[in-house]
Amino acid sequence: MRIIGLLIVIAFGSLLRYGVFFFPEWGDPASPPSLHVSPHYIEEAIAETAVPNLVTAVLADYRGYDTMFETTVIFAAGLACFMLLRVLQRQVPECRLYRHIPTGITLRIEKGGKLPTESGSFERIDSNWVPHDLIIKSTSRFITPFLQIFALYVIAHGHHSPGGGFQGGVILGAAVIMYAISYDLRRSIQRIGEQATAVLGSAGVLIYAGTGALCMVLGAAFLDYGALAGLLGVDPVMARSHGMLIVEIGVGIAVSAVMVWIYYNLSSAGRHDEGL
Amino acid sequence: MIWELDFIILTLVIFSGIAAITVKDLLSAAILFGAYSFMMCLLWAIMGAVDVAFTEATVGAGVSTVFFVAAVFHTTRDSKD
Repeated sequence: MRIIGLLIVIAFGSLLRYGVFFFPEWGDPASPPSLHVSPHYIEEAIAETAVPNLVTAVLADYRGYDTMFETTVIFAAGLACFMLLRVLQRQVPECRLYRHIPTGITLRIEKGGKLPTESGSFERIDSNWVPHDLIIKSTSRFITPFLQIFALYVIAHGHHSPGGGFQGGVILGAAVIMYAISYDLRRSIQRIGEQATAVLGSAGVLIYAGTGALCMVLGAAFLDYGALAGLLGVDPVMARSHGMLIVEIGVGIAVSAVMVWIYYNLSSAGRHDEGL
Repeated sequence: MIWELDFIILTLVIFSGIAAITVKDLLSAAILFGAYSFMMCLLWAIMGAVDVAFTEATVGAGVSTVFFVAAVFHTTRDSKD
């Protein structure tokens, strides 16, 4: 089995290596992309889109299709994790552990036993990894708001500095994941439920594709944000800049929600009960 | 570009890449992948591709390492292969 695998890997590796010979030389100024495409972006991007960060202009406007399908791929990844891992029938776990908060005593309750009331003096804890970490909890509680504001800044400021929907969305999702790790998964799911992540994930993709479709309705090509000028009340150049912002917000929503969704399913093996 | 810095980071990239596929423990492999991603992020930043470096730092070194660890957490040490 190992030999067959090795042979397949070597065959495909040499095929890829063979394909590289047809590429233009690295940094070749005479290759077609360097002759026609790149100079246009570098020289015209700021005049055409009013976006100083060239990468954002290419990513969200000139190559808008690519980014739309990247977002779709991320959403599909979240959906695949859900389909593969999620256990939908409710199972009662073998035993549950509770911590009595004032004394720090741990209670173990077997299946069918009487569970403590929701009085606030007991908290449910995971059965296999339960440190009582005041430092980690306080630190994550302190960091989370700054992390979220930084994520929003990265999304909103992608026109002028490195960043954009993907990076900001991942940071926003990471803030929720950090909360789920430092406290526990159930508390995080109470705040942002599974349904919310799924709905937000698809809503982000819908914002992106919907912006493109709106441009089509207004008589331009798909994802040609210049057509939004009348709706937004600005000239077509600024409309392309604003259109990119709308699209980046869609990407940010989709990516952050899908990251949280994947984490919920992965860390609890689809049970959404006891996580990492 | 400072070639000494480039050389050190590239060596670390290669070493962490090889170590990640040869090490027996899956958790170590996940952490080594995180280190690999971080070194790649530094390389992107040196080459001036700051957006790519940012993505690599958040997605590669950040969230995907967490996903790997979360998945490894549900595996056992013994393998049948």
